[in-house]
Amino acid sequence: MGTKVLITKERLAKLYAAMERNKLKPGPLMPTLQEAQSIFGCVPIEIQKIIGKELHESVAKINGVVTFYSMFSIEPKGENIISVCLGTACYVRGSQGVLDAFADDLKLKAGETSADGKFTLQATRCIGACGLAPTFTVNETVYGNTTVQKAREVLAGIR
Amino acid sequence: MLERMQILMCGGTGCLSSHSKEIRTEFDKALSEMGLRDEVQLVMTGCFGLCEKGPVVIVYPDETFYSHVTVADIHEICEEHVLKGRPVERLIVKDPVDKQKVKNFGELKFYAKQKRIALRNCGNINPLDINEYIAKDGYLALGKCLTELKPLEVIDWMKRSGLRGRGGGGFPTGQKWEFASKSNDPVKYVICNADEGDPGAFMDRAVLEGDPHSVLEAMAICGYAIGAHQGYIYCRAEYPVAVERLNHAIGQAREYSLLGKNIFNSGFDFDIEVRLGAGAFVCGEETALMASIEGFRGMPRLKPPFPAVKGLWGHPTNVNNVETFANVPVVYLKGPDWFKAIGTAKSSGTKVFALGGKIANTGLLEVPMGTTLREVIFDIGGGIPNKRKFKAVQTGGPSGGCITEKSLDTPIDFDNLIALGSMMGSGGMIVMDEDNCMVDVARFYLDFTVDESCGKCTPCREGTRRMLDILNKICRGDGTLEDLDTLESLGNMVKDTSLCGLGQTAPNPVLSTLKHFREEYVAHVVDKICPAGVCPNLTNFVITDKCIGCTKCMKNCPVGAISGTVKQKHKIDLDKCIRCGACKKACPVNAISSKPEDWRAIVRG
Repeated sequence: MGTKVLITKERLAKLYAAMERNKLKPGPLMPTLQEAQSIFGCVPIEIQKIIGKELHESVAKINGVVTFYSMFSIEPKGENIISVCLGTACYVRGSQGVLDAFADDLKLKAGETSADGKFTLQATRCIGACGLAPTFTVNETVYGNTTVQKAREVLAGIR
Repeated sequence: MLERMQILMCGGTGCLSSHSKEIRTEFDKALSEMGLRDEVQLVMTGCFGLCEKGPVVIVYPDETFYSHVTVADIHEICEEHVLKGRPVERLIVKDPVDKQKVKNFGELKFYAKQKRIALRNCGNINPLDINEYIAKDGYLALGKCLTELKPLEVIDWMKRSGLRGRGGGGFPTGQKWEFASKSNDPVKYVICNADEGDPGAFMDRAVLEGDPHSVLEAMAICGYAIGAHQGYIYCRAEYPVAVERLNHAIGQAREYSLLGKNIFNSGFDFDIEVRLGAGAFVCGEETALMASIEGFRGMPRLKPPFPAVKGLWGHPTNVNNVETFANVPVVYLKGPDWFKAIGTAKSSGTKVFALGGKIANTGLLEVPMGTTLREVIFDIGGGIPNKRKFKAVQTGGPSGGCITEKSLDTPIDFDNLIALGSMMGSGGMIVMDEDNCMVDVARFYLDFTVDESCGKCTPCREGTRRMLDILNKICRGDGTLEDLDTLESLGNMVKDTSLCGLGQTAPNPVLSTLKHFREEYVAHVVDKICPAGVCPNLTNFVITDKCIGCTKCMKNCPVGAISGTVKQKHKIDLDKCIRCGACKKACPVNAISSKPEDWRAIVRG
């Protein structure tokens, strides 16, 4: 979508360093993918090929693993990631309404990134802050006891 | 040096997200300015359990319990309480049950019926300091096992304690250890399943964040018992705080030679590594979990062979859940008979529950097995807020079922909950009131399992999807009576023929609501109404005579469907209304109704 994945020398060096470390232990693929995801913000096919070559795994297998787990993505996510918790505790306290409000305002469905690469909206599983239900997070910040109103205010603040 | 006062702040995820870290910084600053920093110890602990009241601060030695503390309150606490010895009245917690202010937290009814074994140290110690754990008899059990007991005796003690797996299945822990110990393979593994994926359950996270060493110690004991030298903790990546504290704890334990080579000079070696999940619920299933560690798609496989025979990388492996491990050291400290005496005959010990949903005291609690659901929900949980009526409690997450009012006096244990058509699961307990539509709740859980089904076996991959289609149809208002029968037979088929626990239990939320709330399903398909007022196509919102004309609903309506003047009864334009329910939430006097008996007359005009 909007933003392009930046594969820079520095980032690649980080990835190779991570692979060197991980190769020493059994089962190096998952830790490597996790680091790749955090270095590049996603694990595109180019990166999968590099990992395959280093760890002696087929790209087919790596692609299978990347697409299986929800935390790995092939395309980059937006600058601001808004995650609305749809865990049960939040759901029964009305988090679907909060998600709908974001979807409405951003003109995005859950899981989509805006064309300008500014926002990714996602529905997430329980983040374990059930005492504050319903909750949503914007990047690392958790907002608790939220309402449709509060969602709009927070969004207006970022924009 | 001993400080004269200790200030404990909750550093669990719930309180961290309401700024307990900033509160700590502010305490540090304020106390330093007043020259009191040396007299007070500041401790960031694990979860106190009463998340509803967060962020929580407890001041020792007088055990004053402050709730909903903000950064702005810190200066006052330091000046009044720390300096002058007068607790700040306005911040002292009120008992949620009878609204009385309580002096110290021991008086809180929330804690009165609890018995904390797995959570014994959560909220009491600094999880980042191994010395505090050791001061609470930490690693004493490991020392005892390594120096006084033979591996077979360790297993025998565990069997006698009657501890059953807390991750959901309830399999006897001692028996599991015995299976793994029987193999002659020199390479074996211990795995701690910390992939707590149940939405609404956070007991394992609380243990990992609040008392990580208890898990490490227990894994080492297990390793000694079965003959393993390497342990893995498979933790979900959604718990960054837990992962950080675990890694910190492992480092400290290695420094103290409580992990690594020749522990307690016994010749026994054991080490632990943390591995992260990547957001797949099915990885909570043990064979899927091991596939994930090995670097494959997390798909379950057929059992047998069981992990105790052929597990991680083909070697015998023992998998236990976090809460199970947290109980283990206590069994060796106090003896199996002490442990066996707690709880019921077939389920000994305690169980931690994460209470959430429509409940006054959202939070974490630990009660002896055999406590009734009513005690948990009404005595400890404080009942339903906003004067709403209790409707059902859902236990066991997406694998469990709904339990109704008439079964509330059932003592909680593994077998009783299964008899009620639900299950213990990992201990999530979601309370629902009259405003929750049970068809919608069933649809919600199924939506979750459809999303999380790994796709390996057909009944789960296709069956759950077809069930969801039918539920969506019913919620849209297009359902028929025939659909209910199809749903039931499909549910039973998925249950009987799926490969792993995920598929075998996925229909439970649907089947149990069909059984207990059939009339609600019938209302959806025959009368085309949603009695709880949740399903948008089957409901209408109207303003009743209770309206005081405060205009709050008008301001909250996202589509401008509400009209009216101040102090006059407002009106909703049903053609414009998108049935989001924002007005109902905003109304201070409960004047907006989605109950069919209220809107029928109005709609029919």
